[in-house]
Amino acid sequence: MMKLRRSRPALLILTLIGTSAIAGEAPEGPDLGQAAGARMIADWDTDIMPDGAGLPEGRGTARDGAALYRTHCISCHGEGGLGDSGDQLAGARMSLTGEWPEKTIGTFWPWATTLFDFIRRAKPPQSPGSLSNDEVYALTAYLLSLNGIVGADEEMNAEMLPRVKMPNRDGFIDAWAREKAATRR
Amino acid sequence: MSDQPVARLADAAGAVAGNGILDRRLLLRQGLVFGAMAWLPPGAAAGQAGSPRVPGSSRPPWMREPGREFSPYGVPARFEQETARFPAPNRVQRNNGASWTPLHLLEGTITPNGLHFERHHNGVPDIDPGGHELLIHGLVNRALAFSVPDLLRYPLESRTCFIECGGNSNAGWNRIPSRSQAGFFHGLVSNSEWTGVPLGVLLHEAGVKPGAKWVVAEGADAFAMHVSIPLAKLQDDALLALYQNGERLRPENGYPMRLVLPGWEGVVNVKWMRRLELTDQPVMARNETARYTDLMPDGTARMFSFVMEVKSLITSPSSGMVLKGGPGLYQVTGLAWSGRGRIRRVEISADNGRTWADAELQEPVLPKAFARFRIPWRWSGAPAVLKSRATDETGNVQPERRELIAQRGRHGFYHYNGIVNWSVDENGVLGHVYDEVAAQQTGTPDIDADWD
Ligand code: HEC
Repeated sequence: MMKLRRSRPALLILTLIGTSAIAGEAPEGPDLGQAAGARMIADWDTDIMPDGAGLPEGRGTARDGAALYRTHCISCHGEGGLGDSGDQLAGARMSLTGEWPEKTIGTFWPWATTLFDFIRRAKPPQSPGSLSNDEVYALTAYLLSLNGIVGADEEMNAEMLPRVKMPNRDGFIDAWAREKAATRR
Repeated sequence: MSDQPVARLADAAGAVAGNGILDRRLLLRQGLVFGAMAWLPPGAAAGQAGSPRVPGSSRPPWMREPGREFSPYGVPARFEQETARFPAPNRVQRNNGASWTPLHLLEGTITPNGLHFERHHNGVPDIDPGGHELLIHGLVNRALAFSVPDLLRYPLESRTCFIECGGNSNAGWNRIPSRSQAGFFHGLVSNSEWTGVPLGVLLHEAGVKPGAKWVVAEGADAFAMHVSIPLAKLQDDALLALYQNGERLRPENGYPMRLVLPGWEGVVNVKWMRRLELTDQPVMARNETARYTDLMPDGTARMFSFVMEVKSLITSPSSGMVLKGGPGLYQVTGLAWSGRGRIRRVEISADNGRTWADAELQEPVLPKAFARFRIPWRWSGAPAVLKSRATDETGNVQPERRELIAQRGRHGFYHYNGIVNWSVDENGVLGHVYDEVAAQQTGTPDIDADWD
């Protein structure tokens, strides 16, 4: 909040010109934002949280996803997700402590929800945002099954996806939490 | 090897560390002339344009004809075309990848806007500011949308700071020393004066609800790049930047608005900002889990490792250059920076780290910004290894590469800040070596030959 105090003189002048200044409780800035409605927020916010919050309706299985993968993904990510010009997505042989660790969805990704979120927001690169929710569920299921995490006929949907426990779920250390703890000490 | 300095400096004067490192205060002396650096192999006809005299005239051609007219937007001299970024796109997805700042061709501390490094995941969006808004929502009292013209009416603040990609210098983890020029190895870092609205002001207007701890920031590019940022950072020194070195942001640096989080890794300085969602937890985005996390030797990975630690680099002379004038006096210069605050000192060694001396720091030294250092060096003509080692105001010291690897292993990929060795051979040719080779070349004791 120090920053606010430092810039207050300038802010006050603007406030006086722009809007009516109310002593004490007045907004510190010129307050030029427009109220954003629920519809705008619902349309813009596509985040999927690790507990599954934000997951839309829809469903898909690895069997459905295999064909989609051939059409939209294989050109860059290769047969079986083994990687090409795009990242390796599956088929790791080297563990994370090996000489050449292979960081894939199966060996590295901590949350299955991330996969849905990422495919929906960014894939395929030539036409992001073009896949339906069913298609994203199916591709998610396919990539999880390539990594041996779900079965070929297991349906992924808003209820099942957050329940998928990724092999490396506990593999991360929160450096920011450690940093804060260290400075507090 | 006999010492035949071309320098106009009193013999043996001012030596403060081994192998010819001289007192930085000599920089203030008048008449100090440094040897020139050239590229190996020599680049395009440099030096040819030296004295284009016409017999009988003392006037060069450009004094015998009128110069060109005004230009609405200036561009660099046509003789400086090689001062350019080095793009390294993905083989198939050509708009995904990075381009490096040519740090070895620049001086001072500010990176020209056209040379700021780039990292895009699906290209540079062509955003019409008239159709762009910033939405702040989530755990706030009132969700707000801001237009670009409205944000431009806010009281603005400037911060001069570096932005460094978390993956900068990652070739340093490789077993074989990179042979790239300094900027094309370490140039995913740039330094600008950013001007914009302090994020704290906008968050205050929206009204932060209790329980909000994180902010999910999202860009308006074709990757819809998003990451989680601790709310405390946005309320501390973060800017919603609208201007870069005085002009509106360049498209490749986030036009019309981007986050600038001084000292924190590039990926969280989200470009093309469109949405800030206050939450009680991180979203666990792909770019804070699968990428931009640092794999450690025990197989765990550090996540949310935001701060870019203290680092320095000699930009000249550096790998690929040659000390053209032969043995003699040279200026050693470079950049130092730390995500934790000001650079307090930069030490230089010419004998592979056996002895060190303090370089001169160009004033002002700003927090979380590039500091330019300089020191004179008399090259004897014998092989040498040049190193720079930075210390920041919190007392953190840039580690030797072997120390970094002992701590982090070799597969962290991100956050490489080890000391860089530039070797100089008997022909004055600069290269890049790791410690064990440096030790052989200079006859200095190798501290631990088996570490790599
Ligand atoms: C034009 C090439 C291309 C196509 C087609 C493509 N991708 Fe990608 N993909 C990439 C590249 C390149 C990356 C690395 C992105 C980055 O980090 O900037 C990537 C990254 C990924 C990742 C993240 C991997 C990791 O471990 O971080 C996933 C998951 C992914 N792609 C899934 C898909 C899916 C699913 C499709 C098809 C719907 C697809 N991709 C189509 C090129 C492509």
